[in-house]
Amino acid sequence: MSSPAAPGRVVIVGASLAGLRAAETLRREGFRGELTLIGDEPHEPYDRPPLSKQVLAGRASPAHTALVRAPDLEATWLLGEPAAALDPHTRTVTLAGGREIGYDRLLIATGTRARPWPAAEEAALDGVFTLRGRDDAERLRAALAAGPRRVLVIGGGFTGSEIASVCRELGLPVTLAERGPAPLSGALGAAAGSVAARMQRAHGVDLRANTTVMALEGDGSGRLRAAYLSDGDVVEVDVAVVALGAVRNTEWLAGSGLAADARGVVCDAACRAFDADAVVTDDVYVAGDVARWPHPHYDGLLLAVEHWDNAVRQAETAAANLLREPPAPLRPHRGLPAFWSYQFGVNIKSVGLPTIADEVVVTQGAVADGRFVAAYGRQGRTVAAVAVDSPRWLPAYAGFVAANLPFPPDLHASDAPDPLRPVPAGLALDDRATHSPTAAVTGDGPTASDRSTHRDPRSPLTAPPL
Amino acid sequence: MRVLVDLNRCLSYGQCVFAAPSVFRFHGAESLEYDYAPGRALAEEVRHAAAACPVQAITYAEEPSGE
Ligand SMILES: Cc1cc2nc3c(=O)[nH]c(=O)nc-3n(C[C@H](O)[C@H](O)[C@H](O)COP(=O)(O)OP(=O)(O)OC[C@H]3O[C@@H](n4cnc5c(N)ncnc54)[C@H](O)[C@@H]3O)c2cc1C
Ligand code: SF4
Repeated sequence: MSSPAAPGRVVIVGASLAGLRAAETLRREGFRGELTLIGDEPHEPYDRPPLSKQVLAGRASPAHTALVRAPDLEATWLLGEPAAALDPHTRTVTLAGGREIGYDRLLIATGTRARPWPAAEEAALDGVFTLRGRDDAERLRAALAAGPRRVLVIGGGFTGSEIASVCRELGLPVTLAERGPAPLSGALGAAAGSVAARMQRAHGVDLRANTTVMALEGDGSGRLRAAYLSDGDVVEVDVAVVALGAVRNTEWLAGSGLAADARGVVCDAACRAFDADAVVTDDVYVAGDVARWPHPHYDGLLLAVEHWDNAVRQAETAAANLLREPPAPLRPHRGLPAFWSYQFGVNIKSVGLPTIADEVVVTQGAVADGRFVAAYGRQGRTVAAVAVDSPRWLPAYAGFVAANLPFPPDLHASDAPDPLRPVPAGLALDDRATHSPTAAVTGDGPTASDRSTHRDPRSPLTAPPL
Repeated sequence: MRVLVDLNRCLSYGQCVFAAPSVFRFHGAESLEYDYAPGRALAEEVRHAAAACPVQAITYAEEPSGE
């Protein structure tokens, strides 16, 4: 299939952060053709990070999170209806209502959605929530504002922990159940997770680590009443928030012949989608939370990164490559994963990939002071760093990770603990955490089959209570 | 108008908080929070804040006029 030197029609499926940033980049790079954005949400693109932070806390309205966008985008917005199918041979996207949209180049940016509670009848109880979009935030905020007796957060990843933090800020009793040994342990390891655990307890969270929620129970009128925990306890709650990580929105690509499954859509480092025969396409591109790609910094392992920064930069790279006319070189998407969070009054930032580390060491500041940087190492090389209330130190560590410097890094910092005490990072825990880490290696090449069986989040670590 | 801060790039220097205190504020010691949709009357302050940010993390735009 030969591609026209300059595409006349570009279609972007997924009208959120990655889709909008790609559209803006296309125009900035001189694309003058037809530009169409297809999004299933009725809202124009908005920002998600505030939803689990200031929006939930009531300091900002869910309606006031719209993303800044270029005034001269001149795009057709098809909002409120999902794309239901893709035919890459006829270059057609079909909407759920049957309308067909043709393209010369396509960008897939359909992101992820919240992983639902596995028991559908329990998930449907009044008082059970997930949080991914603006409307979810609106509903959950109303439920918290109504002053529930107790909130249960299921899953101690970043989103779950941020929600628990907001509950405490609002003065609400909250129980957080996490299957792993500590909150954030899936993303940052059990060692760093223990710091998060202390922080949560100090703020009055009833933290249940190594514990799963086995069942949710409603009253006669279908309202959530109680939760059964694997530690044998029954907690009376009016609100439960399921925060078990995300599911990739790839179902609409079934039958398209692309390398797309529950783990995401595989693309190369230039963001070009692979088909199921591991042949790279030249007219379909992928960016954001839905993408998996071989990161040049990580031995080509396929990475999936659910971070704001990655969505922006991958979208910019995809858009630039989508417009390129050979023999202009393709741009690789090779920035390091980077993330920020805000919870329990502290700012947490990370760079690199903590999930592949075997050791971690505090390199600056002190855990007891609530301000520190921890570096992560794998086989003697620095692979990541996490900064707690010390964002200005982090850029230096990004340099160490990019340069593969030895671990522990030799900083000569005046505030470095002496001696440095590396400890096991606690990440090789066989997928024990309830929440999926938001940046992770997701297996080998594009045709490797999907062997990832997602564990039922209800299954306890040891034996269930009698 | 609309404001967006790249909080990954933001290093919490706080210049924006000095320049436009009714739009930008710290929540906790190091976490910037801001108003995504400040009124037009604040446009000048937001412009100053964006110019003062040492890492150019702040972008802003007029409300789009419907496409
Ligand atoms: C509550 C919350 C807090 C967060 N906090 C942080 C944070 O503090 N720091 C950080 O780095 N990241 C954070 N993130 C992650 C960040 O928001 C995401 O990485 C980012 O939104 C990814 O953008 P995206 O455009 O790739 O995907 P998404 O934002 O998921 O957008 C995909 C869009 O495509 C739409 N779509 C899906 N299927 C179809 C279809 N078939 N047809 C049409 N449209 C479709 C979806 O509805 C959605 O609008 C947070 C996320 C959430 C939910
Ligand atoms: S001036 Fe820039 S770096 Fe400083 S707090 Fe504001 S946005 Fe962040």
